[in-house]
Amino acid sequence: MPKETPSQTAGPYVHIGLMPGVIGIPFEPERNWNRLFRDGVQGTRIHIEGIVFDGTETPVRDAVLELWQADAQGRYPGHDTDADPAFFGFGRAAADFSTGLFVFETIKPGPVPMGDGRVQAPHCSLLIFARGINIHLHTRIYFEDEAEANARDPILALIEQENRRQTLLARRTLRDGAVVYRFDVHLQGPKETVFFDA
Amino acid sequence: MKQKLEAVRPRDRSWHPPAYFPDYKTSVLRSPRLPLVSFTATKSELTGPVFGHGMIRPTDNDLIVNGRVDGDPIGPRMVLCGAVLDEDGRPVPNVLIEIWQANAAGRYRHVNDGYLAPLDPNFWGVGRTLSAADGSFWFRTIRPGPYPWRNRVNDWRPSHIHVSLWGAGLAQRLITQVYFEGDPLLPHCPIFNSVPDPAARARLVAKLVMDESLPHDLLTWRIDFVLRGPRQTFFENRPEGA
Repeated sequence: MPKETPSQTAGPYVHIGLMPGVIGIPFEPERNWNRLFRDGVQGTRIHIEGIVFDGTETPVRDAVLELWQADAQGRYPGHDTDADPAFFGFGRAAADFSTGLFVFETIKPGPVPMGDGRVQAPHCSLLIFARGINIHLHTRIYFEDEAEANARDPILALIEQENRRQTLLARRTLRDGAVVYRFDVHLQGPKETVFFDA
Repeated sequence: MKQKLEAVRPRDRSWHPPAYFPDYKTSVLRSPRLPLVSFTATKSELTGPVFGHGMIRPTDNDLIVNGRVDGDPIGPRMVLCGAVLDEDGRPVPNVLIEIWQANAAGRYRHVNDGYLAPLDPNFWGVGRTLSAADGSFWFRTIRPGPYPWRNRVNDWRPSHIHVSLWGAGLAQRLITQVYFEGDPLLPHCPIFNSVPDPAARARLVAKLVMDESLPHDLLTWRIDFVLRGPRQTFFENRPEGA
């Protein structure tokens, strides 16, 4: 029985392979990895943005992040036959080389049924790759304005410390009429983000 | 083809490199120190993006031609081939495989690479493909060179190709690096040696396959990848739960 191939760090040059456009390689000039939808998408358009911080609170400016989420009705594109065809569900964002800020343009996901009667609160799965990260980090973005759904979420409920649950809540703001959720990631330290093994 | 994982085995974290591996200095400040929160993968982890053949162009897996301006890139011509399998040894089709690498001189086409070795005007160092129905894949490229990096005073990376794999679900996600059999730099590399078990490290080393090499043209190196997931079903026309 073969075991899984071991992970290795994505390293500092991960952009060449995953997002060549951000460093000027015209390998896929038509692609805009950090926008998860086409025109006509259902639901509320939102931005999710943030910074990944290292243990000294310095932005990780070489990080690449991947987002996977359900559509506005909680259906996964490519898997649920009635999912919104204008929604891809998947995106990538590179931290800005000077500020470390990453930005996704997406829509607010709907709650996701577990199949056993329970329902997961609206959330996005987030994977983090960077130099110095030997195996990618997996976390989830929940939304602070979904307090009721969050309180019933079976995954959040696994986190024993209430203050650690807070690390997974994106904070809602309005900017020029657009809904912007702020989600910073702390790789270590007193504000260390909850990372999952699933 | 639409795919969904039915279930995955727990990931054996002791087989993978630990997050904190001080010989690789950057890992010190970028490693979580609190325990991961474990749970059985839900629909959110058993599903993932479906990448179609529509996003792949014919030269995407041929790095000798995809960055060409006025000639072939310089360096030893080679093929990297193999198969993507699951933990039951069964082929995994439609895996998006993306690779990136340095050129033959050990220099990346990246704004943050300051190594003094030259760029190759005919080489980007990026490729991608989808695994075939039998799990197989291949890339044509040039063998990347070793290069020095800022870690300890005299650290060098062995020749390697970065490989990203997107299988049927988030739980199968994997990024790794492929090395070359016989490279004398391997025992010195803290990144390669961040994988604790020698048997696990061996899984990252491509083997030279003389029988599949092309006389007077190129050498062929083989590596197989194994993704998590003992069970996988295809339900192209079947609604969820039917």
